[in-house]
Amino acid sequence: MIKVENAFFTYPSGVKALEGLNLEIQDGEFIGIMGENGAGKTTLVKHFNGLLKPTNGSIYINGKNTRETTVAELSKNVGLVFQNPDHQLFCETVEEEVTFGLKNFGFAEEKIVERTDWVLNFLELERYRKSSPFILSGGERKRVALAAVLAWDPNILVLDEPTIGQDYLQKERLRQYIEQLNGQGRTVIIVTHDIEFIAECKPRIIVLSKGKIINYATAKEALTNSENLSKASIFPPQIAQLFTQIADLGLPKDVIDVYEAKVLIENLLKGGKRNEGV
Amino acid sequence: MKVFEGLKFSRKTSIIHFLDPRTKFLVSCVIFLISLIFSELIILSILFVAQIPLILLAKIQREWSHSIRGGAFLIIIILSTNLIFGYISNNFQLTSRLLIHSIAMAFRFIIITSSFSIFFLTTSPDNLSLALEQSHIPYEFCFAFTTAVRFVPVLANEAQTIIDAQRSRGLEVEKGNFLKRVRKYIPLLIPLIVNAIRRSLELAEAMESRAFGAKKQRTNIYSLKIKKADSIIIISSLIIIFLAIYSKFNLQIPIIQIPLLPP
Amino acid sequence: MSPAIEVRNLFYSYPGAEKHTLENINLVIERGDFVVLTGPSGCGKTTLCRCLNGLIPHFYGGKFNGTVIVDGLSVKDHPISALAQHVGFVFQNPENQLFALSVEKDIAFGLENLALPRAEIIKRVKWAMKITGVTELRENAPHELSGGQQQRVAIASVLAMNPHVMVLDEPTSFLDPMSSKQLFEVIQTLNKETRLTIILVEHRLDLLSPYAKRIIVMDEGKIIADGSPRSILSSKKVFSLGVGIPKVTRLYQLLLENGVSLDSPPISVKELERELRRRII
Ligand SMILES: Nc1ncnc2c1ncn2[C@@H]1O[C@H](COP(=O)(O)OP(=O)(O)OP(=O)(O)O)[C@@H](O)[C@H]1O
Ligand SMILES: Nc1ncnc2c1ncn2[C@@H]1O[C@H](COP(=O)(O)OP(=O)(O)OP(=O)(O)O)[C@@H](O)[C@H]1O
Ligand SMILES: [Mg+2]
Ligand SMILES: [Mg+2]
Repeated sequence: MIKVENAFFTYPSGVKALEGLNLEIQDGEFIGIMGENGAGKTTLVKHFNGLLKPTNGSIYINGKNTRETTVAELSKNVGLVFQNPDHQLFCETVEEEVTFGLKNFGFAEEKIVERTDWVLNFLELERYRKSSPFILSGGERKRVALAAVLAWDPNILVLDEPTIGQDYLQKERLRQYIEQLNGQGRTVIIVTHDIEFIAECKPRIIVLSKGKIINYATAKEALTNSENLSKASIFPPQIAQLFTQIADLGLPKDVIDVYEAKVLIENLLKGGKRNEGV
Repeated sequence: MKVFEGLKFSRKTSIIHFLDPRTKFLVSCVIFLISLIFSELIILSILFVAQIPLILLAKIQREWSHSIRGGAFLIIIILSTNLIFGYISNNFQLTSRLLIHSIAMAFRFIIITSSFSIFFLTTSPDNLSLALEQSHIPYEFCFAFTTAVRFVPVLANEAQTIIDAQRSRGLEVEKGNFLKRVRKYIPLLIPLIVNAIRRSLELAEAMESRAFGAKKQRTNIYSLKIKKADSIIIISSLIIIFLAIYSKFNLQIPIIQIPLLPP
Repeated sequence: MSPAIEVRNLFYSYPGAEKHTLENINLVIERGDFVVLTGPSGCGKTTLCRCLNGLIPHFYGGKFNGTVIVDGLSVKDHPISALAQHVGFVFQNPENQLFALSVEKDIAFGLENLALPRAEIIKRVKWAMKITGVTELRENAPHELSGGQQQRVAIASVLAMNPHVMVLDEPTSFLDPMSSKQLFEVIQTLNKETRLTIILVEHRLDLLSPYAKRIIVMDEGKIIADGSPRSILSSKKVFSLGVGIPKVTRLYQLLLENGVSLDSPPISVKELERELRRRII
């Protein structure tokens, strides 16, 4: 469980990035964090594994104050994928990146091999196993960063902009995997600007703006609340926009899913007669 | 990394920040010279006291005190070696002069550190480079110089980034005794060097993509002008250094005598 | 006048690589065009962009065969610094391209290199900061900005140089939706008013497609589709390749699969709304 208690954070340069956050994330929850550039999302998630400590207030991970433990210890439970893969990668080969965490956490040799093979395969990186991460394309590098964390299967997975540079198929695979993990009881937290991706994932959503939480609601509620979203420089997803526009046709406003939309519109168009019949 | 804080430019607005880097450099040099010319505690104390208003005006007390604290170790070394060697060569006798001299030497170190720390803390590397450029030094050299000045914080930053990446994947660097921790920092070294090289390649790539080297002579968005305040300070500094040299040879400077000790 | 970009029989492989990263690229982009380049991760988009401003072959080396002519200059025969005055390049990773101590100085860097008069530099830097919304960050150190803020500064630094051709490699990957939209609008305005040629790499086409005039799809180093946004986005082949088409276009496809056929594939919410209203009445 993650508990954020009246957390403030100010960078040494004087920038106030978090201004009194209170938040509780239960085990097994699936959370999306959205907000404008500079809202403090990255700053917040860096508190979850102790890289940053609040200047005021406290953060508890599974009941433990992050001030009283080390980043390495927290990381066993909280796997953080950085926003910028260049900040996360430092090994000479992709394979070393993946095994680095596994070795530190003391996994057995066979387990290391097994997890490495699996994750490289899953993220389509097998052919780069022996390459340096730094000659890979932007999207491939982001996947190496993901692989390096997915490898040890942490209980709490925190992904800062996991979809950067990913094509739709990669995103779709990632989404399915996240859902699978979440189904197994893992806590998953994603920070993203990718509103369409979030609309497909449908996590519980935290809207952060100027260092404060301005909404904490289900995906349906949060993503159709265009007034609230616009405070954080976000538009609702296309489907939600469409259904807001055509609400006068007698359709519900709070639709974010393309398949749900399909059924509703199909009924509207085909069943126009059916409606009259009723 | 606190030691470097005394050399890292801090962007603030103050009269001192506003002065031309050449003026400030001259003032630092004057202070440096005077502190070398004189070894009398009285003069050095005056010099030290004279720096305090500058530090306060520049609003850099915090950074300055960091750099002095960072240098505390050296100050103690200077003080004790002067004392010990003086004591030995003085036939194992502690005299007032020896004690005063040792203190003066430590003071001299503090003064020199402070004067350059005032200079670096209040002069942005950009302006520094500009001052060099306007002194007709070739741009490549100025660029190399500013890059070098900047390299320390950049490297420190880079090191921090890699440490963060490593501990976020379970490398324990915060626990254990000193030796153990030092050993933990070894995995940092190779990536740090590799990253520094990679960064410089990326830097070159980005710079060339923005027409670096397109023209022999380049312009600069900023320009430095010697303002009235600068002229006044430059002239006063020159007067002061002449006075100092004059008095060194023509005036008798009183010597402090510590009671209870032989002179 | 020559086209903005002309690529003929281009083959390229990175040093040490066995396979061609770009394979027989042929491409003509007219002046004033707004082209979006898309395709699966790792297909060679960034590599193609690097060929357009001379980083390939001058910086990266490798095996380069074929001709690339940008703004009338053959890339092979001109140094990067000369090409930079014609083609502006916004890198995929914003942090790598910022190096000055302040935002303002960073934006001025290219102009200083061109030895423009100081007054002109100040004017252009101000303009670029305003148009990208970073005026308030003027004095900040670029490495202490958030990802999105860095990306804006990177874009400003290229815009300030007033190039004829602008290549933007995933310029919105770190931007929030509102800023992405603002950026596209700025680019569109420049494209319309000054006939600035735009080549923009992007995976998320929902926000971008209304602005684009042409979409080029790459896969495994080859161009596999090229056409108007509407024709590309509604193509089944493009979707199955993993191109992120707008959700309204996807909705149209899903409806079509279920036997509900709308007139033409929509690429924006407005279009679909209009079409639905037409059908209801
Ligand atoms: N290392 C740093 N030093 C000083 N200020 C910083 C630093 N990193 C971020 N900031 C500032 O803190 C604020 C919050 O930044 P943060 O990176 O948390 O934003 P974010 O929500 O992740 O934004 P983005 O979507 O652009 O990544 C911003 O105003 C930013 O300029
Ligand atoms: N400097 C390099 N040296 C060797 N190979 C490279 C280098 N840069 C990229 N590659 C390889 O070339 C291929 C194409 O990379 P490129 O960066 O052009 O892809 P991309 O289409 O931009 O992908 P993304 O959408 O992920 O950014 C990739 O397989 C990558 O691994
Ligand atoms: Mg961020
Ligand atoms: Mg790329």
